Amino acid sequence: MRTVTPKMTGAEIFFESLKKEKVEYVFGYPGGAVLKIYEKLYDVDFLKHILVRHEQGATHMAEGYAKATGKVGVVLVTSGPGATNTVTGIADAYMDSVPIVVFTGQVPTHLIGNDAFQEADIVGITRPITKHNFLVRDVNELALTIKKAFYIASTGRPGPVLVDLPKDVINSVCEFDYPEKIELRGYKPTFLGHQNQIKKAAEILKKAKRPLLYVGGGVIMSNGDRELRLFAKENNLPVTMTLQGLGAFPMTDTQSLGMLGMHGTYWANQAVNNCDVLVSLGARFDDRVTGKVDAFATKAYKIHVDIDPTCIDKNIVVDLPIVGDVKHVLAELAAEMDEAPDLTEWWQQINTWREECPLHYEKNDGKLRSEFIIEKISEKTKGEAVVITDVGQHQMWVSQYYKFTNPRSHITSGGLGTMGFSLPASIGAAFGIKDRPIVSISGDGGFQMNIQELVTAAYNKLPIKFIILNNSFLGMVRQWQELFHAEKYSFTDLSDSNPNFVKVGEAFGLKSFSTNSPNNVDDILEQAFSYNAGPVLIEFKVVKEDMVFPIIPAGQSVKEIMTKRLDPKEMV
Amino acid sequence: MKHTISVHVENHYGAFNRVATMFSGKGFNIHSISIGETEVPEVSRMTIVTEGEDKIIEQVVKQLNRLIDTIKVIDLTGQSRVERELALITVFYQKGTRAEITNICNIFRGNVVDINNKTITLEVTGPPDKIDAVINVLAPYGIKEMARSGTVALKRGEQLKQDKKETVI
Repeated sequence: MRTVTPKMTGAEIFFESLKKEKVEYVFGYPGGAVLKIYEKLYDVDFLKHILVRHEQGATHMAEGYAKATGKVGVVLVTSGPGATNTVTGIADAYMDSVPIVVFTGQVPTHLIGNDAFQEADIVGITRPITKHNFLVRDVNELALTIKKAFYIASTGRPGPVLVDLPKDVINSVCEFDYPEKIELRGYKPTFLGHQNQIKKAAEILKKAKRPLLYVGGGVIMSNGDRELRLFAKENNLPVTMTLQGLGAFPMTDTQSLGMLGMHGTYWANQAVNNCDVLVSLGARFDDRVTGKVDAFATKAYKIHVDIDPTCIDKNIVVDLPIVGDVKHVLAELAAEMDEAPDLTEWWQQINTWREECPLHYEKNDGKLRSEFIIEKISEKTKGEAVVITDVGQHQMWVSQYYKFTNPRSHITSGGLGTMGFSLPASIGAAFGIKDRPIVSISGDGGFQMNIQELVTAAYNKLPIKFIILNNSFLGMVRQWQELFHAEKYSFTDLSDSNPNFVKVGEAFGLKSFSTNSPNNVDDILEQAFSYNAGPVLIEFKVVKEDMVFPIIPAGQSVKEIMTKRLDPKEMV
Repeated sequence: MKHTISVHVENHYGAFNRVATMFSGKGFNIHSISIGETEVPEVSRMTIVTEGEDKIIEQVVKQLNRLIDTIKVIDLTGQSRVERELALITVFYQKGTRAEITNICNIFRGNVVDINNKTITLEVTGPPDKIDAVINVLAPYGIKEMARSGTVALKRGEQLKQDKKETVI
């Protein structure tokens, strides 16, 4: 059914369309090309506009909101620099398949191509980093284009969509006609998996001696965590997760092997290397997971379930591909499994690996360590917080030591590895999720990359816990410098240049804490988590030169896994 | 191995760029690319000649399918098809060689489309290997300049019903 209303301006159509899409929040920043939209926004009461301090912040907020809620995140910025500032966030959303729609202002159509003031060809710039993008050239196409944008962003393999809105299009008038449904002849994601392929997968799994589920972000995006739990529990299958998959299966469950890959657990990586059937569910065999492709899961019959056909056979050639929505395929796969395989020996083997080389860090020297703090936060929040991490060592430690129990609880920049992601993304998550603690964890480097958004958190009184694990280093880069670059610590030492984080926090209006002693951690966390009238900042001054273990050096296999710092005497 | 891929895309702003951007972004080869309207005005047909191992070509086809603006992707390689390319070739001539050149042109069923007191311009149409052959034969006379259209291709009639946007995996 279509509703046709009297003539409206492009700006009015814009908001009526967002209303149809049930948009709650728009993260934005005004400017010349979108003035008409902001003029109209003044009277809009069905959504809330969140003023950011930099457009990159807006895109990460939209990502955080989308990842935490499963809804589409919406960004509104002006032309030229406003648009180009969104590029990193869009690329980030593209790599991690996050559904966001970015509206950019554009100079009037007759000036496009004239090097007009604040003009940038943002459609051209973002073509390779969006799922799709549009330049709206006629107000009559505006409503349909917005419908398409939300539909494309949120269906199939989700992703960012950009809609460029020239100023004259926004000012023109036409009838508002918002389609309830659309069909795009060039876009028809395969939703249901191929029946025979699913049957075949079940037959193979039933006979498996050493099966392993390798779970990625696709399980969370398709809301397939319940199906995964049922399937894994009923068949007693071991589950390892990618960085984006964390939370799809409770890490407190004995069947969870934790994360696999470069900084994954020893036992998860051994299991991958020795399994006879590997079932990849909504994961894409990223190089941080596989390491050396030729040495990855060589003994395994590989089944790959993914909604995006391009993911199949891209990095790793698989034996049985199933294109479809993971949630549906999992349900059907579970239905086909009439007998659970006997995995007694396999579990014994996995548990031997688990005992052989557990995660460990030094606890008895009285020094403050990131791993300890993360364990404390995990206990404090019972693994039920929404934890938003940045990029680097702390991100890997969170993946190892925070015991995620729910999907949409671990939000991080995985594919693009965007420093400066956590702070704004946690703001987006905090708007979406009101009934669970929101914990942003960053290093001292990344925290400074979108530090301006602290004011957005403070102004909106969001109860976010901003944790800075300050080792006065760009820790992960430092780690690679130590391990692989002749210990040349080139431009990674921030100890002389870091700001006073407590003063920074206070200047932005945040309750702020700092400590360098493990003895204060409980007390500070208690104070921080019992304060919910606004954001808090906690700086933990941790030891400077810790490294993340285990590590499989890039492009190598589990055979080259390093589980501890080499004693200089052992080194040749 | 060379592959000829026929792609139906929406005939609107930016569709060609999306395909070209995808090729460069993914590091795929393009030997030639040509685009023009089809019998349906809203649809353009691109004919892309690319080269790579089977695994790469599989990705090329999947990535093309993934673009929202592509309606249909057909790898024509190994199928019964008609392929044509047009070349305009301007060649220097001297006394006595003009007749030779027009003769060559006739052998390849080309046309003389321009001439002045130094050069002669030929128009030759055919499968790409025929164009290569003409160029080889003309090269010793001195080719002043040349323009090739890139390949356009169609499946032969009886197979047309089998088209599908996506190969079921």
